[in-house]
Amino acid sequence: MSGEPLMTLHDLQVRFPVGKDWLGRTNEQVHALNGVDLDIREGETLGVVGESGCGKTTLAQVLIGLVEPSGGRIRRRDGEGRPGPGRMQIVFQDPQSSLDPRLPVWRIIAEPLMIQRRGLGRAELRRAAAEAAAQVEIPADYLDRFPHEFSGGQRQRIAIARALISQPEVILLDEPTSALDISVQAQILNLLNELQRRRSLTFILISHNVSVVRHMSDRVAVMYLGQIVELGPTEAVLGAPRHPYTALLLESLPRLGVPVAGEVLANGTELPSNRILPSGCFFRDRCPLAQAGCERPQVLQPRPGAGPEHAVRCHLKVT
Amino acid sequence: MAIALAAETAVPVPAGHPLGYFWYRVRQSPLTLAGLAIILVVLAVMLLAPLLAPHDPNLVDLEHRLLPPSATYWFGTDEVGRDLFSRILFGSRQSVSVALFVVPVAGVLGSLLGSFSGSVGGAADTVIMRATDIVMSVPSLVLTMALAAALGPSLFNAMLAITVVRIPFYVRLARGQALLIRELNYTKAARTFGASRWHLVRWHVLRNALPPIIVQATLDVGGTILMAAALGFIGLGAQQPTAEWGAMVATGRNYILDQWWYSAFPGCAILVTAMGCNLFGDGLRDLLDPRQKGR
Amino acid sequence: MSESSVLSIDNLRLEFPIYRGAVKALNGVTLRVEPREIVGVVGESGSGKSVTAMAVMRLLVPGSYQVTGGSARFLGQDLLAASERTMLGLRGTQVAMIFQEPMTALNPTRRVGEQMVEVIRRHRRLGRSQARDEAVALLRDMHVADPGRIQQSYPFELSGGMRQRVMLALAFSCRPQLLIADEPTTALDVTVQRQVLLLMREKAREKNAAVLFITHDMAVVSQFCDRVYVMYAGAVVEDGPTAEVMAAPRHPYTIALLQALPDRVASRGAIAAIPGSVPDLTQLPAGCAFASRCPWVREACRTRPPMVPLDAGGRRHAACWAVQDEVGR
Repeated sequence: MSGEPLMTLHDLQVRFPVGKDWLGRTNEQVHALNGVDLDIREGETLGVVGESGCGKTTLAQVLIGLVEPSGGRIRRRDGEGRPGPGRMQIVFQDPQSSLDPRLPVWRIIAEPLMIQRRGLGRAELRRAAAEAAAQVEIPADYLDRFPHEFSGGQRQRIAIARALISQPEVILLDEPTSALDISVQAQILNLLNELQRRRSLTFILISHNVSVVRHMSDRVAVMYLGQIVELGPTEAVLGAPRHPYTALLLESLPRLGVPVAGEVLANGTELPSNRILPSGCFFRDRCPLAQAGCERPQVLQPRPGAGPEHAVRCHLKVT
Repeated sequence: MAIALAAETAVPVPAGHPLGYFWYRVRQSPLTLAGLAIILVVLAVMLLAPLLAPHDPNLVDLEHRLLPPSATYWFGTDEVGRDLFSRILFGSRQSVSVALFVVPVAGVLGSLLGSFSGSVGGAADTVIMRATDIVMSVPSLVLTMALAAALGPSLFNAMLAITVVRIPFYVRLARGQALLIRELNYTKAARTFGASRWHLVRWHVLRNALPPIIVQATLDVGGTILMAAALGFIGLGAQQPTAEWGAMVATGRNYILDQWWYSAFPGCAILVTAMGCNLFGDGLRDLLDPRQKGR
Repeated sequence: MSESSVLSIDNLRLEFPIYRGAVKALNGVTLRVEPREIVGVVGESGSGKSVTAMAVMRLLVPGSYQVTGGSARFLGQDLLAASERTMLGLRGTQVAMIFQEPMTALNPTRRVGEQMVEVIRRHRRLGRSQARDEAVALLRDMHVADPGRIQQSYPFELSGGMRQRVMLALAFSCRPQLLIADEPTTALDVTVQRQVLLLMREKAREKNAAVLFITHDMAVVSQFCDRVYVMYAGAVVEDGPTAEVMAAPRHPYTIALLQALPDRVASRGAIAAIPGSVPDLTQLPAGCAFASRCPWVREACRTRPPMVPLDAGGRRHAACWAVQDEVGR
């Protein structure tokens, strides 16, 4: 891995207008991303975990260009702004809806090339599609079939082939296995690891499934209400979490053989609304360790006792 | 590490010929079958009218005016002695050809305009939508009549009038589909590859918007036939002596008390044809539902 | 034994006729739920776990399926032959069901309170204001802090976890003997899932209800269920007390499934994926459905293995020739 990161996000913010007053001015907004600072290093797999409402989907949409940021900057190693379409590709969560049901599979796989390199003939596109399909172990004689003739796992492979065909630097994986069975998930994860080794790809893996993220990622970012609350090497963040939210998340994970324990809570079980942001630390209302000092907004930075790579958005001293 | 991939498919692809499968699905719904049967009969009548008609539909025979249904004149005769049965058979040509012209033309023009409008958005979308709003705000029958009257009474002008009035319906439909498809993941995926709007419309929107539009079009055939009959009823459609169902119902009004058959039979013809189209259109919608594939 | 079981399904076989063939969705499902038990049914897609629940509650579209064998009884009463009227009497009162997506179970155009009152009055003779009070009491019982606000809300205004609490409140409103939960927490976040599971367990124990919990998540099953049935290709392949099955699985499929979890391998290592894929249910092989993917396949596997007890007490069973050979020794 070379020194400078491939991409850096500085204080990225995204707000969506949801309410307008009678004059047409926006009077209510959804604050999806509230200052995300992140660097993406070449060749790594960066995992992003969080629950619904944390903003990880919006982060994916900003990176891939479906949504424009309302604030902050994205810087690349070779320029400003997000990467162009050929340099970063996405694999969506739902293999059913991410493939056009009325197009044959070779045409779906070849679509990025068709758009980005005009003038490629049909035969050339087919050949490129066949090559990409071979990488994901879809036999060449299946290429004329339609998506509904494939299983979920196969469709996800087709989506991966499509993401590979324009030889991107970074692949964004948005919940790539959440819609798949456990046994199929295992196959897809193995495939992704294999591809990364062979082609030196950089992955950004967004998922709510902590065990998948733990397995695949070199570094992990934990998101809460549009901010990163903890960022660092996987074993550190998921093995010895420093932020109370990460701790809560890990504690809630079902573990094989461990009966579910705890008390049913009436309040404080869900994310606060992102329309009106809480003051100070966003996690304050749910945090068992909330105390004086938490009413100030917290900063994401390395803390004493954790490694220099391990940043936490919490002022509390953790032993 | 090689990952084994067994040769299997997820959804059972129906074995055998696709037409056989289509026929199996249609068979499952008796109403759809009935609708299909009616449509086929009407088409056959339209094509084979000269062979099927026992009499010349335009042959005037004043000795046999206003006769009730009998062995010679199956549906009776009209006020100048023409055989009603033969006139109904030939009348199918007028009514059905109106539908066969209006629905494809309005459908294609409306769909293209609507898909473009929905995909592009912005000012163009607003202008097109307001234009369709204006056309749709006038009661359709009134507008059709006004247009047909302005163009002059003839079958072709009636067809034009109905087409113009139907186009906004397809524009809205296609636009709705375009807006929906725009939000689907595969369209978003194409955008992330850098697809231009035209690429999205040409490759994703049009193809996927088509099935619901086709279903609506099939249902529209029935409505168009009724509208043509309505125009004929007020004298703006095909002109005498050409047989046309609506005109026949209109003329029959004058004789309805004593010669009920004059309006009844053409009226039934309109009813049965429109109903057949509706039944089949309904069934077609279920057939084309992708969730039912393989069942 | 079947009289006392809350739910007893014996060798149930069911198929969906399609064009030139049939989807053999259930191929001999045998399971029991005893009073006050929490029983889990775990399997991947195509295993038939949801179809089993829908079939015994007669919620499948009549005419689209055919029961080709076996039986299903609720407290001794035949469920498959019962009239729709009898089933209507059972559903919601003695047997309650909650599903994965609570959003689709609630009418989005009406307030939650109205809907709760309607359901309560349908099953119990209560006046409107009594029913409203009952709804508030039920929500409070589900540890909802502000039941009044929830009653006034529309479903889309509530979070997924809150909607499931509403569904649980309704499910328990008539003190059912059996609660069937089909993937109730799959669409929920992990922290919310834990809350819902705790709530379900607390209320089921409190109100003496048995629970049939259907899921694809092995970890959740091991957390929550007393006994578990593992299903594959429309049949039960292994069953037993959850702790034992998870710690020492016997059927090759259960073993393979547990090993396919990412936690089982070192980070970035190759996960032991199960080779091949789930068989096509329209073309099931005559023998064991798992044979083509099984590392212990042998000649005997050409015929279907029966479910045999693995211990003297009959607490664990597995349907596998290889396991049978071992046990026999």
